[in-house]
Amino acid sequence: MTPIQFAGALFHAQPSGALYWPAQDMLIVADLHLGKSGRIARRGGALLPPFESLDTLHRLEAEVARLAPARLISLGDAFDDDTAARELPPEVAERLAALAGRLELIWIAGNHDPQGLGQSCEALPIGPVTLRHIAEAEGPDISGHYHPKARLARRARPAFAVGQTHLILPAFGTYTGGLDCDGPELRALIGLGRAVLTGTPMLTRPLGYSAARQSR
Amino acid sequence: MRASARCVALVPARRSHTFAVMPDNLHPPGLLPPRFAQWFKDRGWQPHAHQLALLETRGDTLLIAPTGGGKTLAGFLPSLVDLAQGHTGLHTLYVSPLKALSKDIARNLSQPVDEIGLEIRIEDRTGDTSATMRKRQRVDPPQILLTTPESLALLLSYPEAPKIFGTLKRVILDEIHALAESKRGDQLMLGLSRLRALAPDLSVAGLSATVEAPEALAAFMGGARVIEADPGPAPDIAMLPTASPPPWAGGGGRYAARDVMAAIERARLSLIFLNTRAQAELFFQALWEVNDKALPIGLHHGSLAREARHRVEEAMVAGTLRAVVCTGSLDLGLDWGDVDLVLQVGAPKNVKRLVQRIGRANHRYDQPSKARIVAANRFEVVECAAALAAVREGDLDGGGRRWAGPLDVLCQHILLTACAAPFAADALYAEVARAGPYADLPRADFDACLSFCATGGYALRAYDRWQRLLERDGLWQLRDPRTARDLRMNIGTITDTEKLKVRRKARRGGTPLGEVEEGFAASLTQGDTFLIGGQVVRYEGLREMVVEVSDARGREPRIAVFSGLKMATSLELSQRVQRLISTPADWDQLPPATRDWMALQDRISTLPRPDTLTCETFARGDRWYFCLYGFAGRNAHQTLGLLLTHRMEQAGLGPLGFVATDYALLIWSLDPVEDAAALLSPEGLRDGLRDWLGGNAVMKRAFRAIATIAGLIQRNLPGQRKSGRQATFSSDILYDTLRRYDPDHLLLRITRHEAQRGLVDFDRIEEMLAQGHEIVHIRAPHVTPLAAPLLLEHGQVGIRGGQGEARLMEQEAEAMMREAGLE
Repeated sequence: MTPIQFAGALFHAQPSGALYWPAQDMLIVADLHLGKSGRIARRGGALLPPFESLDTLHRLEAEVARLAPARLISLGDAFDDDTAARELPPEVAERLAALAGRLELIWIAGNHDPQGLGQSCEALPIGPVTLRHIAEAEGPDISGHYHPKARLARRARPAFAVGQTHLILPAFGTYTGGLDCDGPELRALIGLGRAVLTGTPMLTRPLGYSAARQSR
Repeated sequence: MRASARCVALVPARRSHTFAVMPDNLHPPGLLPPRFAQWFKDRGWQPHAHQLALLETRGDTLLIAPTGGGKTLAGFLPSLVDLAQGHTGLHTLYVSPLKALSKDIARNLSQPVDEIGLEIRIEDRTGDTSATMRKRQRVDPPQILLTTPESLALLLSYPEAPKIFGTLKRVILDEIHALAESKRGDQLMLGLSRLRALAPDLSVAGLSATVEAPEALAAFMGGARVIEADPGPAPDIAMLPTASPPPWAGGGGRYAARDVMAAIERARLSLIFLNTRAQAELFFQALWEVNDKALPIGLHHGSLAREARHRVEEAMVAGTLRAVVCTGSLDLGLDWGDVDLVLQVGAPKNVKRLVQRIGRANHRYDQPSKARIVAANRFEVVECAAALAAVREGDLDGGGRRWAGPLDVLCQHILLTACAAPFAADALYAEVARAGPYADLPRADFDACLSFCATGGYALRAYDRWQRLLERDGLWQLRDPRTARDLRMNIGTITDTEKLKVRRKARRGGTPLGEVEEGFAASLTQGDTFLIGGQVVRYEGLREMVVEVSDARGREPRIAVFSGLKMATSLELSQRVQRLISTPADWDQLPPATRDWMALQDRISTLPRPDTLTCETFARGDRWYFCLYGFAGRNAHQTLGLLLTHRMEQAGLGPLGFVATDYALLIWSLDPVEDAAALLSPEGLRDGLRDWLGGNAVMKRAFRAIATIAGLIQRNLPGQRKSGRQATFSSDILYDTLRRYDPDHLLLRITRHEAQRGLVDFDRIEEMLAQGHEIVHIRAPHVTPLAAPLLLEHGQVGIRGGQGEARLMEQEAEAMMREAGLE
């Protein structure tokens, strides 16, 4: 766990890519992309190993069991599209329902799943910050969407991108790629900040400092 | 294609029964139609006996002839004779591994066709052919079509295939020895089976350079009568004497630039072969630095822009060049001008390849080819000496392929077959089993491939609604015909790393210079200088997946280009090298500097003798190195590298990576190996083998290629990834997911199988360890002479997710935080 101070509040970044907010007893995850392999197959694409939704849920359940939060918030793109949300495989639907029975489950709409399960909200202001899918200019907000990853010693890992006004979570879903924090889009959003890399050990490195050359 | 009155041995399938050795002038008249005979006569030529042999042999044939033996004309002669009597539609399909070869053949063939006065339409079809032309070829094919295995696979995937190929009489497979060594050959053989089904009275002619086992190659073709041409006189081949001895380590042979320049000045036209593109770039630059007479010298390799390659090709044909620095891109039978000297810079790695390269010199079959070898470092001197001895003794590497047709290629073939038309499983199985590599294919494997293509073949049957292939009325077909487009885009078995184009930065589209590997591009920061196309350029930035550069004339390149593909030395040659090193009595064939160097190795450390297993430990910078001289071939060393680093990780030594060559294995770590005998205990290694298949990088790399070929992951196409890269994810994730949830899945089976054949070679490790060799472990004071070249080897494998990596990442994170003035 790595503590992150953001917008005057304290957060605990987890090695899994989930973010725990102790003051609110809330667990935040972004970009689960459940049903991704199904969506690709439906569109006539490759038949990817159809295990990613179960794998994602399995890891999410483990985090919930470990941290026992009162609330769980998904920052959008929980489902790879709205059809995927409507046609969840029975086992995935059952496990989601079981999760919802143990805590308060809040869905924020993403660009992939504007409808989701029909209970999504666009944005959720809590205390000093707003939770939403895509970071907006003014902030401060906590968001997902970009799937940030960061490099150290030539290795890339999913990462929390932390700036003055934006805290962007890495994607939690199993079948998700990443966008380099040193690339133009995330540089522009984050400005001067730091990246907290997921995995073990969790490592922190600066973002946007010209003194700190891009890690290759 | 000059000919001379030489003898040939015409042999039936069994080589021992050599019969019909006769001078050309004794051949019965009338084999050649008068127009053709007249044409030969007018040019003052006589057809080679093997050319006539191909003409008179019915059925499928495999012609083995050295470079310059008029192989291509031999292949085409029966077609031309046949076509002289008229034919509507496609008559002959010519398939070669190189696009450039098709162009070259089109040019060479037009000469006899025009001069004999034949009216034959000859066209090529490759990835470079325009869309309009391709469309027309599908409606109205030429009589002779020149193409590549991939373009053939594409043609066969169109519904028009039966119409296009229904009239086909002959197929010519050029350079089939080269194709047989890769999955491209397997794909081609599956395509050939398809062709035989579409045109039942087809006959096939394979053309091959000299190989050790022609029968195996004939079996690969699905059976053929072997015709061997006279190998011609022995080549004039030796080491090029150099003014100074080669350096201890490194590749590229820059030290010999002046000596090579002098040799170029004495010859009319020289070909200078280097083993990698990066080395070709550097050597080209080195040559120009000593080119005091400003002789016209060109550069040719596969990473150069097409325009740049064409300029060199045309200059060669026009005879305006004195030398061309090149790589394997000129290996295969391209026929340009009168080369009279071949220079091989760097160890040839493979005797067969050396012989073929030598053949590039002097395309006259009746005169010896002249070739000189330049060793790039002192270790290579030993390898070069061993290779020269092998050439003199006519001892080619066995090599070649002995494995069954791979199933990932079969999956692609099944999907592409479905693109053309619905098929019945039984019929397709029978057809596939007629392809040489798939002759012993069990039906269960075929069914597993079909099931993978249809449903993904997962333990969890998730895709019944979204199957790719459906069975209707006993025929398998695409559920959604629109997927044909994606499948066709994914054609091919070459899964090279991603390449990025390099352009000169300009307001509107700068000059294209060539391409570099994506990994190399990712390692560049603005201001870095590197070599491409013989020029030093400065990296400016990446724009829309194009590397933009500016000129940086007069500056030293800071970074060497391309990680490049590594050629493996044949096992036979490795063993020759080992014998030479361990037999000081034979050292007199080595130059003095090399003898001194080996004596130095003996002084600082020891000479690896055949009855010992020699290893060394030494420190360099902040790393410890462990070097093991196994002489067991690269694959075995690679596996050993995986196993040993795994055990070093368990022992807390923080291994960071390793590199395997054909002779040795070099591992670097944060802490030194103290007890080599314990590390090398066979029991421990066997335990490791059981679980090393786990998440190691080599397996993931193999899986990626297999999953791409089998159609699980889409090949990355240019322009597809300009934005939204967060949407694509690594194939490593698929591999990990499959291992966790479906460990018996077809693609994992293929991956494990290939690892055993290609990458693992555990038998050889067992052999090496079980012979009870004494383990000699030397603690050397510094890098040893034999280990030095290994430090510069390409193809290093990093240890991922280990303590060593974690420690390095931690250190870098701390350094960056300090630099940025953060805690």
